[in-house]
Amino acid sequence: MSQSSTSMRAKTGLVLPGLGHLLSGQVIEGVGLMALTVVLVYAGVHGFTHLDVLLARPGTPTFRIHPYVALTGWFLIAILTWYRGFRFAVPAPPAAGHSRATQAQAIWRQFRKSRSGMIGLYMVLVIVAIAILTPFIAPFDPDALEVGPKLAPPTFEHWMGTDEFRRDMFSRVLYGARVSLSIGFVAVILAATIGTVFGAVAGYFGGWTDRIMMWCTDLILSLPRLILLLAIVGFFRAEGAQSLFLIITVLGLTGWMGVARIVRSQVLSLKEQDFIQATKALGLPTHRVLFVHLIPNAFAPVIVFASLAIGNTILVEAALSFLGLGVPPPTSTWGSIVNDGREYLRSAWWITMFPGLMIVFSVMSFNMLGDGLRDALDPKLRGR
Amino acid sequence: MIAYVLRKVLLAIPLVWGVLTLTFLLIEAAPGDATDHFVNPETPPEVRELIMKKWGLDQPAYVRYVKMMGNLATGDFGRSIAQERPVFDIIKEALPITLMLSSVDLCVILTVGMTLGVLQAVRQYSLLDNALSIGSLLFYSMPEFWLALMLMLVFGVKLAILPISGIVDPMFHDSMSVGGQIWDRVRHIVLPGVALGVAQSAATARYMRSSVLEVIRQDYIRTAQAKGLRESVVIVKHALRNALLPIITIVALSMPYLFSGSVLVEIIFAWPGMGRLIYGAILNQDTPLVLACFFVYAILIVIANLVADILYAVADPRIRYS
Repeated sequence: MSQSSTSMRAKTGLVLPGLGHLLSGQVIEGVGLMALTVVLVYAGVHGFTHLDVLLARPGTPTFRIHPYVALTGWFLIAILTWYRGFRFAVPAPPAAGHSRATQAQAIWRQFRKSRSGMIGLYMVLVIVAIAILTPFIAPFDPDALEVGPKLAPPTFEHWMGTDEFRRDMFSRVLYGARVSLSIGFVAVILAATIGTVFGAVAGYFGGWTDRIMMWCTDLILSLPRLILLLAIVGFFRAEGAQSLFLIITVLGLTGWMGVARIVRSQVLSLKEQDFIQATKALGLPTHRVLFVHLIPNAFAPVIVFASLAIGNTILVEAALSFLGLGVPPPTSTWGSIVNDGREYLRSAWWITMFPGLMIVFSVMSFNMLGDGLRDALDPKLRGR
Repeated sequence: MIAYVLRKVLLAIPLVWGVLTLTFLLIEAAPGDATDHFVNPETPPEVRELIMKKWGLDQPAYVRYVKMMGNLATGDFGRSIAQERPVFDIIKEALPITLMLSSVDLCVILTVGMTLGVLQAVRQYSLLDNALSIGSLLFYSMPEFWLALMLMLVFGVKLAILPISGIVDPMFHDSMSVGGQIWDRVRHIVLPGVALGVAQSAATARYMRSSVLEVIRQDYIRTAQAKGLRESVVIVKHALRNALLPIITIVALSMPYLFSGSVLVEIIFAWPGMGRLIYGAILNQDTPLVLACFFVYAILIVIANLVADILYAVADPRIRYS
C-alpha cells in the first residue's frame, strides 16, 4: 500500500466511516458502515434539536427513561462506528513476535468470507441501532392522537401515513421495533439456556434419563407451536407488564427443543473424547464437567441456532400480537399494528404494509446473519 | 418391516397420551373456567353450582382426568360448552376444511420446493440460483398473515380477480354446474393456499438445494457421468432419489408449521376450519373443545411423522435394522 493511498484511507475513514472500505472495494462493509453513520447523523441532528424536550429531569411528569438510554446508545454506537472507520484508516501494526489468531479472530475471518452473512450482520446492526435510537428518530409520540390528518397516505411529513386516530404510523412502527426486537432477544436467550442445559444433561447421563427427556422434547414438538402459545396465553390472561413477561417466558418455554437436540448430539460425541474421560479420572463433580467442559465445547451450534431463532421468534410474536393475544393495546408491536390495519385494508393499505415490511426486513437480516455464522462456525454444515 | 412399523406405532401412543395430559394440566393450572364466560356474573351461587355440576366441573381434577381419558379412548369427545353440541360433530365439520387446505399446500410445497431446489443445485452460483436464493430467503422470512393480507389487497381488492373469503361462493355455489362448483372451490383456495404455502415452499427449496448439492459430490454420481449417461438421467435417476431422503423428514416436520399457519390464514380468509375453531375455543375457555382439538392435532402430526418414518425405511433399508 503506497503512502498517498494510506493517507487517503485515513481521511475518508475518519470523515465518513465506510467510505474508505467502499473506495478500496469492500462494498458490503462500506455500505453497512455508511448506513450506520446515516442513522447516527440523522438521530443526532433530529434528536439533539429536541434534546430539552426529550430529556426531562427525573421527577418531572414528562420524565422517561428511554431518551437517556438512547443518548447513551448514540455515543456507544458512534464510538464503535468511527472506531471501525479509524481502524481501517490506520491499520493496527502486526504484533511483534510469534502470535496466533484467537478463536474469535479465526471465526471472524471465516465469517467475513460469507457475503450474505456480512450483509445480514450490517442489516441487524442498523435495525438494532434504529431500535435503540428510536426516541431521537421518531418524529412524533407514537401514542399521541391527532398529530396529522385522518387516514392520510404517506407524505413527506408522515413517512408511513397516519391511522384512524390520526397517529403517525412511522413513529408507531419505530417504537414497535423496540418491543418486537427485545422480546425476540430475551425469549431466545431464555430458550437457548433451557435447551443447552436440557440437552447437555440428557446427553451426558444417557440411559433412561436421556430417553425420558427426549420424549418430552418430542412431545412439545408434536404440537403446533403457535396453537400451544395461543392456548397458554389465552388461558393465563395477564395485564400490562405481567403480560409482556408472560409472553417472553412462554416464547422461551416453547422454543428450546431444537437447541436441546443439537446440544445433546454434540455432547454424545464429546463424551467419548479423551478430555472428558480425563475429567472422570480426575473425579471432577458432575456440574463442573457439564458447565465447564462440555457446554462450552458444544456452544458453536447454539449461537447459530440463536441467531436463526430470533427471526422465527419475531415471526411468532408478530402472529400472536396479530391475533390479539400479544402485548396488550397501549404498546404497539408490528403484529398488532398489522391487525389494526386489517379493517382499513381497502382504504388505507399503508397501515398494514409498512410494519409487515419491517418484520420481513428484520427476520431476513437475522436469518442471513445466522446462515453466515453457521458457515463460519461449522464447516461441516456449509452450504446447507 | 412390519416389526419396524409396529414399533413406531407403539411409540406413538404414549406421545398422544402425553399431549392430552399436558393440555389437561395446562387447562387445570389456568385461573377461571368456562363458566366465567357463559354464566351471567349475577347468577346466584346455587344456580352456578348446578351449572358446574351439569358440566362435571364440580368434581376434583383427577376424577375428571380419568373420566376424560376413558371417554376419549371410547371415542366420546364430550360436548362443547360454548356451542352446546357434541364436540365430535363440530370437529367433523371443521377437520375436512383444514385437511383440504393443508394437503393441497403439501402437494404444492413438495412440487414447487423440490423443483426449485433441484434447478438451483444443478446450476449452482448461476444467476438463476442467486435470484432464487434471495427469493426463497425473502419468502421464508415473511409472516403468513401479512402475506395473506397483501395478497387480499392486490388480487382481491385492487385487481378484484379472486374471492377473498369463504370456501365457496355463498350466493351462487348451489346453482352452479359440477364443473363450475369445482372451479369455484379452486378460485377460493388460491389465495389462502399461496399465503400458507409460500414460506414452507421456500424452506423446502433451500433444503432441497443443499441436499442435491451434497449428493452431486458423491463418487457414484461421477461414475454415472463417466459412463456417459445424459445429464438429465444422472440427476433424476441417480441424484434425486438419494437427495430426497432428508426431504421426507423435513416435509413431515413442516406439518406443525402448516397447522400453526392455518390458524392465521383461516381467520383472515374466513375459512371455518380447525384453526379458527381452536382459536375461538381458546378465547371462550371451551375446555372440551380445546382438548379435542389438541387431540386431533397430535394425532395428525404423529401420523405425519409415522408416514415419514415408514417412507424413510422404504427408501433406505439400513434404517429398518438399526
